Amino acid sequence: MSKNWVAYIVSFLLLGTAIMLGVTVGTVSISPEVLWNPASDETAANILWNIRMPRVVLAGLVGAALAIAGAAFQGLLRNPLADPYTLGVSSGASVGAVMTLFFGISVPFLGSFTLPVMSMAGALVTMLAVIGFAKLVDRSMKMETVILTGIIFSSFLGSIISLMIALTGEELRQIIGWLLGSVSMRGWPYVQMALPFILIGSFLLWLNRRELNAMLFGEDRARHLGVDVRKRKMVILIGGSVLTGAAVAVSGTIGFVGLVVPHITRMLWGADHRHLLSLSFINGASLLIICDLVSRTIISPTELPIGVITAFIGAPVFAFIFFRQRKGVA
Amino acid sequence: MLKVNRLSGGYGEKNIVSDVNFTVKEGKMLGILGPNGSGKSTLMKLMSGILEATSGSVVIDGKDLKDYAAKELAKKMAVLPQLHAHAFSHSVRETVSLGRYPHQRGWFSSWSKEDEEAVAGAMELMDIGRYEHTPIDQMSGGEQQRVFVAQALAQNASILLLDEPTNHLDINHQKELLDTIKRQAIEKNLTVISIFHDINLASMYCDSLLLLEQGRVAAIGEPHEVVKEKGIKKVYGTRISTHPHPELPKPQITLMPGIKRQVKNQQVRKEDFTISREMVLYRSEIPLKTVSSAVINAGSGWFTTFMNRRVDENYEVDDTVAELTGFIEERGFKPTDTVAMMTAVDVGQVVLGSCGFEGGSIVVAVTAGAGNGTDVSLTHKKERIKKVGTVNTWIFVNGILAEEAFLQAMMTATEAKAKAFQEEKVLDPFTGTIATGTPTDSVLVSSTQQGNEFQYAGPISELGRHIGKTVFEATTEAIRRYRSQAPH
Repeated sequence: MSKNWVAYIVSFLLLGTAIMLGVTVGTVSISPEVLWNPASDETAANILWNIRMPRVVLAGLVGAALAIAGAAFQGLLRNPLADPYTLGVSSGASVGAVMTLFFGISVPFLGSFTLPVMSMAGALVTMLAVIGFAKLVDRSMKMETVILTGIIFSSFLGSIISLMIALTGEELRQIIGWLLGSVSMRGWPYVQMALPFILIGSFLLWLNRRELNAMLFGEDRARHLGVDVRKRKMVILIGGSVLTGAAVAVSGTIGFVGLVVPHITRMLWGADHRHLLSLSFINGASLLIICDLVSRTIISPTELPIGVITAFIGAPVFAFIFFRQRKGVA
Repeated sequence: MLKVNRLSGGYGEKNIVSDVNFTVKEGKMLGILGPNGSGKSTLMKLMSGILEATSGSVVIDGKDLKDYAAKELAKKMAVLPQLHAHAFSHSVRETVSLGRYPHQRGWFSSWSKEDEEAVAGAMELMDIGRYEHTPIDQMSGGEQQRVFVAQALAQNASILLLDEPTNHLDINHQKELLDTIKRQAIEKNLTVISIFHDINLASMYCDSLLLLEQGRVAAIGEPHEVVKEKGIKKVYGTRISTHPHPELPKPQITLMPGIKRQVKNQQVRKEDFTISREMVLYRSEIPLKTVSSAVINAGSGWFTTFMNRRVDENYEVDDTVAELTGFIEERGFKPTDTVAMMTAVDVGQVVLGSCGFEGGSIVVAVTAGAGNGTDVSLTHKKERIKKVGTVNTWIFVNGILAEEAFLQAMMTATEAKAKAFQEEKVLDPFTGTIATGTPTDSVLVSSTQQGNEFQYAGPISELGRHIGKTVFEATTEAIRRYRSQAPH
């Protein structure tokens, strides 16, 4: 019990620190005092509340969404190297978003929700296609089949994105920037756009925390333990694609968060999803807030895409995990 | 109660299991046997609902398996599949706690006192309490297996399906695990169905066995109805021999290896016996199959050294076996490879006889002391004073003896000895009647298990006739020698 308390306290302290650093550090240094006393420096308060805070909150939400989705997918797939992208959900979300930008689609009554909804629609359609195809290949939907199908779809969808980019003129830069992932200059509307979906998606996953624990022992074992595997698997996949879709819509494709955060959390505090999901959520937020901070300060005033930073940290960690797993298995 | 009706099913189009029927009642344990690929695991998957049956049904407590919701089924039936590798690791407690999943309700944790007790109880039964916080991937295969059994027990289901539960376990843990499961079955009236690789374990623990052959039932019934030499050979394609368990009324099997006994041809000959003051000794170059009532290594076995040791008339030790074992070691022999008897008679007076006949030959060695003659029919009448006198009879057969031939040879030799006592008019000093032997006689029948096979050794058979004659003559001669030497 005490171990879990420590985990939550440490995670929240990290998050608090990350937020504090995120809103105060930058080209203009802002005193933390402005947070609770806006009157002390109105320009600084303006920057803090209208530019930095929404950026930090958005980074936090995206990081949290990707991390919890990653944790759930890894548990479901029983594959430590799986992340939201292996299933093709992320590519599907990207296609949805790129298409929205490319064709300038705007669904009237959705308004600003057009982009995330299209993105999630892309994610869900891809998801269903992946599942449908996997089912055709193997009726029992073995996880290996699902992953392989996801990879096939990812490659296919990636080529569609490349084609659309090749056909774009001046939009090109914007889309490439978006593909690399960024949370800059988004503001509060983007937070509002993503927040409801991220809360719903996370809640769906959290409802399946015990089922995920059982599924770590394999789907057959989970069924023996009384888990309605087919239904639960579907809910987890939908929850994960809602999260991925929402994250991709507001920030583009930011890799490795969904892989690295659950892994480190698992290494430190164990694989019990009753805590792993929540802890990944909190720590995913902290990690992406810090990464965003680094991306905008490291070669200031030029800003790096956040995806560059996460890949820079994530890829070596990925390699390390891969090495350890291989060594462990062999 | 679990009832399987004409169950068929498999993967894809092809049925791996066809038309299987059986019923297991509460408190009973059914073992499923069969060679690799005979459909044991498929049958298990059909019974646990992982695979859908193409025809037939599984009925649990009067309700079809298909009509159970996932959690409802898990409360009725716990399944222990074969162990698989895991990518991530739960702690032992977390793993066992998952067994309580079907008992959990609602969105939030509803961990009750009952859950806690079930988990603690299961961990205690499997003796894994001290590993509570260990991640299971850091445990050995055997320990992991016990964790998963504990998980299944924590489920508190009335039906237990096990797929080779003793996999990865050493013999002590195999026994402990099956003892526990059997005890649970009896105490909590569980219905247990388990796949076994080990026919002996299955026979020992199960009330009934089912033998699968290519997905069909080849035999079903009590262990003695299923574990039969012919049936096992037909299904597994392997020669076995059955014999009773020493403590339980259950058949056990012994494998007959395909390799032949790689030994040189050997004949037991009179000339190869060594006679000294302290013992008659025969050393064989190959192990001989032996049945005897010796002091060391009585019963049956394979031995190369045969010893008839002379001890002093006043030989009196508390632990004869230990003393004689020490003696064997002192003389440079291996106690595990030696059959040894004792006599107070002068072993120098041993009578060696031999006899050749069509298809084989025998060698007989007899040491006899007649001073202690006893009429076995009257021994119950009087308290006796211990006196010196023992008849030790050895019969070596150059040939192959069947089990019954060993026993018949012993009977024939004993009758021949009694006849020799009668002919020599050896009297029981206490009753004055003709003695039939002495109170401490031993017989040994040993064979090279090479050459011709002898199914029988009773007086009607060639072998039996020669044993009778040779033993009679040798015993008669030995009694005469004893009398000519010993003061009356």
